[in-house]
Amino acid sequence: MSEVQMEISVDELRGLVSDRALEGETMILNMGPQHPSTHGVLRLILELDGETVVNCVPDIGFLHTGIEKNMEALTFEKALVMTDRMDYLNNLGNNLCYCLAVEKLVDLDVPPRAQVARVLLTELTRIASHLLWLGTHALDLAAMSVFLYTFREREILLDIFEMCSGQRMMTSYFRPGGLWRDLPQGFEQAVTQFLELFPKRIREYESLLTENPIYIERTKGIGVISSEEALEIGLTGPNLRATGIPFDMRKARPYSGYEQFEFEVPTETHGDVYDRYLVRMEEMRQSLRIVRQALDKLPDGPTRSNNRKFVPPPRSELGHSMEAVIHHFKLWTEGFSAPEGTVYVPVESPRGVLGCFLVGDGGPKPRRVHFRTPSFANLQALPMLSRGHLVADIVAIISSLDPIIGDVDR
Amino acid sequence: MSEAEATLSALKQELEQRVLDSIEFRDQLTAVLPPEAVVEACQFLKQRGYDLLIGLTASDHWPELPRFEMLYQLFSTEKNSLIGLSVRLEGEEPKVPSIESVYRNANWHEREVFDMFGIDFPGHSDLRRILMPMDWEGHPLRRDYPLGYEEVQFTFNFDEIEKRKKYAQE
Repeated sequence: MSEVQMEISVDELRGLVSDRALEGETMILNMGPQHPSTHGVLRLILELDGETVVNCVPDIGFLHTGIEKNMEALTFEKALVMTDRMDYLNNLGNNLCYCLAVEKLVDLDVPPRAQVARVLLTELTRIASHLLWLGTHALDLAAMSVFLYTFREREILLDIFEMCSGQRMMTSYFRPGGLWRDLPQGFEQAVTQFLELFPKRIREYESLLTENPIYIERTKGIGVISSEEALEIGLTGPNLRATGIPFDMRKARPYSGYEQFEFEVPTETHGDVYDRYLVRMEEMRQSLRIVRQALDKLPDGPTRSNNRKFVPPPRSELGHSMEAVIHHFKLWTEGFSAPEGTVYVPVESPRGVLGCFLVGDGGPKPRRVHFRTPSFANLQALPMLSRGHLVADIVAIISSLDPIIGDVDR
Repeated sequence: MSEAEATLSALKQELEQRVLDSIEFRDQLTAVLPPEAVVEACQFLKQRGYDLLIGLTASDHWPELPRFEMLYQLFSTEKNSLIGLSVRLEGEEPKVPSIESVYRNANWHEREVFDMFGIDFPGHSDLRRILMPMDWEGHPLRRDYPLGYEEVQFTFNFDEIEKRKKYAQE
């Protein structure tokens, strides 16, 4: 075996940093992978001219867990649990993306109640994710108190998820064909309470940051990107909308019944850190609007498809129906088979476009599952955004992109 | 005729016989291309308004041949249309031209495919491993790469298994 190469060599560095670094004129600084402000195990190799960033080379993969490889070894239904663990702040959104892909591949219907419940819970997840983002973003800029407030409200949402699925974060609540179970008793009251409480709380966060001179000083004009550049580098989600393009998958290609809900796609024009903050704040309000509508129109009825070739029968039927026993046995041992073919399902996650490639090979396990994760795509813009800024601004830029390292590395 | 269908027929005209086939599966249109036509097809589609490369990955059809398939998804934010490209790659050391010159964000996606499948992208500016450690051997998402376990070798079948054990040999 050739010599083990543990670090990036000088030769490889040559293409990544400027020539001045090799002459010792600028400094190479390692940031992370264990840095509190890189939002997980992200490592950056920074080339600095004094305090100014000349080049920034992200080094990712520290949280790579082979989720895609593992999913290939599981049946379609069992592979679902891996999706929570990718972007652990958008667990239900990931479940939704994967379920939609499976449903598209095998052509499975979803009852209306399940569809509305999916939208409702996905929007709550979006709020929870933005809350965590807001807290940690403010924390990175040394505004400690926001973090404490946002985590207080996030806890209410996690309690709602726990109520539904028994888990705060690793929910796996959406299943191909509908939901794991019907929404629990007390769910509607819990969501109503949250709806009453939350608008006040958004104003509270805004009063802490929006007009805070220190916050404005540290975010306005930092990490600016134009809309053309943003599309070119593949930015999506709030990061793209902050540059002025009102592109949202929920509007562009509605899925799971999003076309029935009224909501706006907030945009800003400058494309800097501050505008990304404004977009996300407004998105929380819009999500709240969707949740309110979903709660009003939540229809009665079944929450899982009645197609027994894909969805196991209810427990109560097993006692008296041989057919049900056969289906149950088949689904829990072998799983259902999907036809040969490739589907691609893009959805809007809190961070941008989350796309699921699902390739079926005729058997009960996927040939290939790939997630086009928004964090991975957005992080690619970091070198572009950080050039010419100060080291302290890098922290603001990273957090404004909102990368979740579990989502980047998978 | 939807936008994607119109684009596909225009692509067929532009590239003539080089569009090998088109697949329609669950309302999704995919053009099947030979590897050498990818860059040209992407340039054409980008001019037509497909401004966002929204997905790029590969899939391994092992033991079927040709083994690898590249999958691209392009999206037009203006016309709200999605179109797929599929490229089948021959051989054990597959190669497909990099589309980084057309879509800049293909950079990391192609690095990931290189890392996971060992597909080479001539013309790529910085083709290094991205997720796996730099000294890793093999390409984990290939279907013949073991999932965390090794076949147990006994004295009677040691040599036989040793032969097909591709990775992690001392």
